[in-house]
Amino acid sequence: MNNFAYTQAASTKEATTAKQADKAAAFIGGGTTLIDIMKSNIEQHSLLIDINRLALTGINDTAEGLRIGTLEHMSTVGEHPQVVQNYPAISESLLLSASPQLRNMATMGGNLLQKTRCGYYRDVAFPCNKRVPGSGCPAQTGDNRTLAIFGTSPSCIATNASDLAVALVALDARLTLENAKGQSRTLPLTEFYKLPGSTPNIETHLQPDELITAITVPAAGHARRSHYLKVRDRASYAYALVSAAVGLDVQGGLIRSARVALGGVGTVPWRVPAVEKYLVGKPATEDTFRAAAALAVRDAAPREQNKFKVELAQRTLVRAFLELPTA
Amino acid sequence: MDSIFTEQPGGVVGKPIIRVDGRDKVTGRAKYSAEFPLPGLTYAVIVTSPIAKGKIQSIDSAAAMREPGVLTVLTHQNLPPLATTPNTPEGKKKIGAPMGFLPLTSDEIFYAAQPVAVVVADTLEHAQHAATLVRVAYQSGGKPIAYYTDPKAELFDPQKVQDGKQEGHTKRGTPEESFASAPIQLVATYHHPVHNHNPMEPGSTTAQWTAPDRLTVYESTQGVFRTQSSLKAMLGLPADNIRVITKYLGGGFGCKGSTWPHTILTIQAAKAVGRPVKLMLTRPQMFTSMGHREDQEQTVKLGATAEGKITSIIHTKKSTTSPWDNYAESNSKILDMLYATPNFEASYEMARANVMTSTFMRAPGEAPGSFALECSMDDLAYRVGVDPVQIRLLNHSDYDYSTGQQWSSKSLKQCYARGAELFGWSRRNPKAGQTREGRYLVGMGMATASYPVHNSQGTARARLYADGHAVVQAGATDLGTGTYTVMTQVAADSLGLPLEKVRFELGDTQLPNAPNSGGSVAAGTVSSSVFLACQDVWDKLIKMAVADRKSPLHGADPAEVGVEKGRLFLKNKPKKGESYAEVLHRADMPDIEGMAQGKYGAGNENPQGAKNADPSKKDEAGGHSMHSFGAHFCQVHVDSELGVVRVTKWVSVMGAGRVLNSQTARSQILGGAIFGIGSALMEATERDDHFARYTNADLANYHVCVNKDIPDMTVEFVEEHDPYINAMGVKGIGEIGIVGVAAAVANAVYHATGKRVRDLPLTPDKVLMNGLPS
Ligand SMILES: Cc1cc2nc3c(=O)[nH]c(=O)nc-3n(C[C@H](O)[C@H](O)[C@H](O)COP(=O)(O)OP(=O)(O)OC[C@H]3O[C@@H](n4cnc5c(N)ncnc54)[C@H](O)[C@@H]3O)c2cc1C
Ligand code: SF4
Repeated sequence: MNNFAYTQAASTKEATTAKQADKAAAFIGGGTTLIDIMKSNIEQHSLLIDINRLALTGINDTAEGLRIGTLEHMSTVGEHPQVVQNYPAISESLLLSASPQLRNMATMGGNLLQKTRCGYYRDVAFPCNKRVPGSGCPAQTGDNRTLAIFGTSPSCIATNASDLAVALVALDARLTLENAKGQSRTLPLTEFYKLPGSTPNIETHLQPDELITAITVPAAGHARRSHYLKVRDRASYAYALVSAAVGLDVQGGLIRSARVALGGVGTVPWRVPAVEKYLVGKPATEDTFRAAAALAVRDAAPREQNKFKVELAQRTLVRAFLELPTA
Repeated sequence: MDSIFTEQPGGVVGKPIIRVDGRDKVTGRAKYSAEFPLPGLTYAVIVTSPIAKGKIQSIDSAAAMREPGVLTVLTHQNLPPLATTPNTPEGKKKIGAPMGFLPLTSDEIFYAAQPVAVVVADTLEHAQHAATLVRVAYQSGGKPIAYYTDPKAELFDPQKVQDGKQEGHTKRGTPEESFASAPIQLVATYHHPVHNHNPMEPGSTTAQWTAPDRLTVYESTQGVFRTQSSLKAMLGLPADNIRVITKYLGGGFGCKGSTWPHTILTIQAAKAVGRPVKLMLTRPQMFTSMGHREDQEQTVKLGATAEGKITSIIHTKKSTTSPWDNYAESNSKILDMLYATPNFEASYEMARANVMTSTFMRAPGEAPGSFALECSMDDLAYRVGVDPVQIRLLNHSDYDYSTGQQWSSKSLKQCYARGAELFGWSRRNPKAGQTREGRYLVGMGMATASYPVHNSQGTARARLYADGHAVVQAGATDLGTGTYTVMTQVAADSLGLPLEKVRFELGDTQLPNAPNSGGSVAAGTVSSSVFLACQDVWDKLIKMAVADRKSPLHGADPAEVGVEKGRLFLKNKPKKGESYAEVLHRADMPDIEGMAQGKYGAGNENPQGAKNADPSKKDEAGGHSMHSFGAHFCQVHVDSELGVVRVTKWVSVMGAGRVLNSQTARSQILGGAIFGIGSALMEATERDDHFARYTNADLANYHVCVNKDIPDMTVEFVEEHDPYINAMGVKGIGEIGIVGVAAAVANAVYHATGKRVRDLPLTPDKVLMNGLPS
């Protein structure tokens, strides 16, 4: 870990201005990703800008939708009665993440910017294009059992590890971002993440001086009837091998609207719009779900050790649909 | 006095006494080896090599040295010289080193994360930061070899395994012929990944030179005396000049059973800076500093009669070892002795790779060996069409086929019966792949457990005070398993004192010599020496009393004097007697000391010392074969679509001689079984093929069980009296808990799915891709 300066920002403006002034600065929320990454010498920051004092809290559920301040903790959001009731997939994705201690520390914005668990990325002794552009990607032919089968490139196959992000992309979440000029913009989460391509080191479209201030999710039938299912190597405290966030609005046995995303398999949280389109108008039956699952993995590009994810992803998806409460 | 322990009326031995050190641990008063705040303490951080093969071209420490607080940077160019290094076979033997190479003695890089420099500074943070500034230039030695399966790896026959301690070839009878003519012939290959011990407390050393030739080391070791002896050889100092202290240990599982490089490097660092130095390995360094269980492949050929009686077992093992040492766990021992196997053969192959030397890890050999054997036994049961318990009863060995010796005691049949009853084994559908509960395939499996009694000896001292309290000492180690507690219990009963009047001290080379806590020998050896030291106290007091004119026992035959609750009396006239305190008062003695040696295991088998077995005459069936035995029963739920396995029910029943504390003993078996469930379902260190470097060297990606993986577990001990084993009749239980566990789980998974996975761990990908019944 390098030596760094630390400052506590009193306002959003102060935070973003400080960030703009120092290219090597980083915001710190719960610090549960950032401190690990710095201790492992993966990132070196000259300045940590603590954002925990900012007024970026609050969980508000209205008829239009849900608004969550970026500084809310994973545990608080996951246990919030209205999130549990109206956005069950979001609640489940949070409560199936990490451990209680981590969830009590970690913030929503920090979660969306957590780093991959790719073992080559996490150890500076290895080459890794994401960490050191151009150094290579040993995962392509190495230890890739837990890595991605969607959105991969010859440069990188690292999985986006966030569970929350999978539920959020499925449910059309948008981020509110604010920059040093005090301007704010909103961006669908699906457009926030960048595929690795030839620059896996650039993971999002976040500008250097931009701060995530809030997450919004529109209210919808498929959000109320949504579900997050996570399959992993141990019963708790493990990242997803495969996960699925699904939401269905079913009326009279027919699907009116559908939302589908997969986790643990994509270089970005993997929403599958083609599957959603396919589902609309179909009967909510196991046969439909199986056909949808087959469609969902059509573009899979597995490597040696993660071929099983193609099969497991389909099964997980079918199971997630079947576990949705019947309307 | 009697030299065999008998239960005392109202005594505490065997009772579920809560840990005497529990309060100190939860309040933080218990001091682990990295928690001694010595004046002037400094901190060491190890810099390791990113590559697994090559040479150090140059090291530039200048930037690190310029940082505030930095005291020194040690490298292979300036490590203070040692009297002996393990780099030669003689040196290694003299030290008792686990690895034939000491980092910082050469510019060569043999394995990834090999230490290349040690930075010492006034604070941990200064040292950590400076460590990132040490510039090391490497010359790559080309692609390293990561596994014995590498096309460039050369398999060889080591002749001896476990670092020369075990024969690599065993042959009894006519194994090949018997196999070839057997009506049932089963051949199966099993794979086992690298495992790391990962005790909660990482390896740590605090070294203080109290004089130029006198050293005190607070060390996380499973044996202070073994550490002292290794340091003595490396430093060329008399043993008396080296004091090793381990008051508490946060687990070991074998990785703290030897003196690894970081310890001597810390000591040399303290020498270099002239101040005490503390080093605690980081969690990633724990994967490359204190050994591991080697990756291995086993093939079992099992021949049997049509009824399922074993006629022959042929076992071969392939594994990866280091550039210097021939270490492989000796898996074949358990295959040789567990069942009535008239014909047997075992051999080993290994290949050198760019890895450090592997080492013993909880039930070395028995854990992976039992996985292979007990899965093959399960295959045999299905093949013959009999119950898995039945097939084991059919092959029950009434004596040890590997040595021809009688068992000193064996309660395995009772363990099967009691285990089956507690588990509800009779509910099991004999057919595999037939039991469903909703979306789950339900499977039940079982396996036999066994662990040998290794011979060992140790000494203890007991000091009984006239005021009714006692201090009892042995330089043993408490790995966190309850040694403090059980020894206090044994001493209390032996001295007739209440528990709270006895203080037991351990973990210091200034105390009487005790063995390493490893190989499950501690409880048996130390409890026996404690008991005998207390008996020595009574022997001395009785001698004093009968020689003392003022004593009511004056002139009596010492053999006729008994002791109960601190009172000496004539056995045939119990009213005639007096308290030990009176004997001491008259002699003007505030206290009295006893000392004794406790022996354990084969070759020490008659505690009264009358007849020792000659280990070289095993084939003449002299002496006894000594083992603990037990049985595990497991139920799993396998998700019928997703292949996820969860253990839903567990029963272990063990026969292990006298149980000193029913609570800590149960915890040992629970811990062993949970360790085993982890190895069955999730544990694996992944070594990259190209870099020979681990890709999951942390506890986020190296999975061990969490609470949710573990169901409510039942552990019982059957009553067992072993008259041969030691003065307390205690067998070890530190390791048997894991033996057979992975097989019990795998057998349950087979029963659930009808498909066998022989490749540990049984993660969802393997179970799924191996096929699930539709
Ligand atoms: C052992 C372990 C297990 C885990 N298991 C899981 C799991 O199963 N599932 C899962 O989803 N996650 C898991 N996590 C990850 C965990 O959820 C994240 O570490 C956490 O959510 C990060 O939040 P934080 O507030 O601590 O972020 P920080 O560490 O504070 O920040 C992370 C990154 O986000 C940036 N940042 C933070 N806030 C903002 C903001 N408002 N605007 C712009 N940038 C910002 C920081 O600069 C930094 O780059 C695990 C973590 C650990 C250590
Ligand atoms: S997959 Fe991505 S993160 Fe992993 S080694 Fe390759 S480039 Fe690095």
